[in-house]
Amino acid sequence: MEQQELIPHLFRAEFRKIVAVLCKHLGIAHIQTAEDIASDTFMLAFETWSYRGIPENPVAWLYTVAKNKAKNYIARNALFAQKISMQIKLEALVADEPEIDLSDKNITDSQLQMLFAVCHPAISNEAQVGLALRILCGFGIDEIADAFLTNKETINKRLFRAKEKLRTEQVQVAFPSGQEITQRLESVLTTLYLLFSEGYYSESRDTLLRNDCCLEAMRLTYLLIENETTNLPAVNALFALMCFHASRFEARKKDNGEIVLYHDQDETLWNRELINKGIYFLHQSSRGAGASKYHIEANIAYWHTIKEDTPEKWENILQLYNHLLQIEYSPIAALNRTYALAKANGNAQAIIEAEKLDLKNNHFYFTLLGELYRDIDQNKALLHFEHAYQLAKTSTDKQTIHKKILLLK
Amino acid sequence: MKVASPEQIQHWMKQTRDWIGGIAAQNKFVGGNGLPFDEARVVKHNNVVTNGPFGEIKETIGGYIIVKAGSVDEAVEFAKGCPVLQGDGNSVEVRKIAKGDGVH
Repeated sequence: MEQQELIPHLFRAEFRKIVAVLCKHLGIAHIQTAEDIASDTFMLAFETWSYRGIPENPVAWLYTVAKNKAKNYIARNALFAQKISMQIKLEALVADEPEIDLSDKNITDSQLQMLFAVCHPAISNEAQVGLALRILCGFGIDEIADAFLTNKETINKRLFRAKEKLRTEQVQVAFPSGQEITQRLESVLTTLYLLFSEGYYSESRDTLLRNDCCLEAMRLTYLLIENETTNLPAVNALFALMCFHASRFEARKKDNGEIVLYHDQDETLWNRELINKGIYFLHQSSRGAGASKYHIEANIAYWHTIKEDTPEKWENILQLYNHLLQIEYSPIAALNRTYALAKANGNAQAIIEAEKLDLKNNHFYFTLLGELYRDIDQNKALLHFEHAYQLAKTSTDKQTIHKKILLLK
Repeated sequence: MKVASPEQIQHWMKQTRDWIGGIAAQNKFVGGNGLPFDEARVVKHNNVVTNGPFGEIKETIGGYIIVKAGSVDEAVEFAKGCPVLQGDGNSVEVRKIAKGDGVH
């Protein structure tokens, strides 16, 4: 690999590992230090390798430098502490310090434990996703800003506040205890779900970045599956859901970022391997009692991997949405349920149900009504689509609705 | 009483699920359960226990659902959609839950 490619590649793969191990070693209060040490390490690599060439084992080189930098930091801190207290011997402190362990096992453990720490309920979901992208996925601040469609300053502030909060809450970098794990896992899964959605639904024009967000969410979810204590049904269901969605990466966006709607997608671009993986993990998720919302969503996503419209397909999707809404209401689920109702029970019934929904500020609501009226009353359909166009905020959404209007005229 | 066919039962189940799904889609569903007659008992004065609610009383309860309604009228609208009302003589009773917070 050429140096130009090697450093970004190493950065992506190794930055997050070094940061996770150092955070675990130094404690959650030192996230910033861990990031700084990892960044300095890569800076030194860039400077040194430019002149002396790339070492034989670049990863080992990085680990050694990171370890030394961490040791220096610890020693400096100890020296500082000693000057204040005048009681503790510097040697003793440094000697007591266990070696920084960059073995594969400790890297995985550290990443998992950091995942739980970062997804602590003390900080907002938005901040959890941001921190996960930075600490666990090694994304740059500018990339995170791009994914959230905001600026670097906002992200820096958000991450700074989140780190402060984790410090003051004294969040431990450790596995939650047996009883705590189910509850904490719930917020971890929420964050991973949001991380995936951030990539999947992001308006960012950077295709590579969007897909990376999704793949990272899948990688972290898979870490939970590989670990015996966290390999629980809901985790498998979430992973299955991600596989089904990811199978449509190629088909759902044109090169210019424009969204291709489900019905217009070229089925041959669907990734069969990911669909089969999804089916496998959906089976795995059914070992155990109870259905989480991820089970239901994964099941819905499974039915969508069958492109052909059959009464069986839409009846199943309708019942799954009926069930999902009872567990957790969301406007989008309510709209999707109404669409499935139209497919299963007919447009007339769906229109009556749609008009009961209190979603009059939602452009998807009027898009749906437009769709439902399309074959019944074209004028009404047009009015609804035009209303939707007024309410839509992004250019992608406006574009999609505009096409529907043109088709009617 | 005529025994319903499996298809008929399935149809009723679907109608009930769609009815509840419609309430949940309005974010007005709280909870609910069917109350099967299997293993039902009636306990009376002086600890007299009989099998099931059948026979001696005119009305039986098949299930309940709890909804978030802004008014009794709104709850009545939800009730009107209940598929049991397709049966002549069936009824749905709308009651408030005594919570004291005025929500239900």
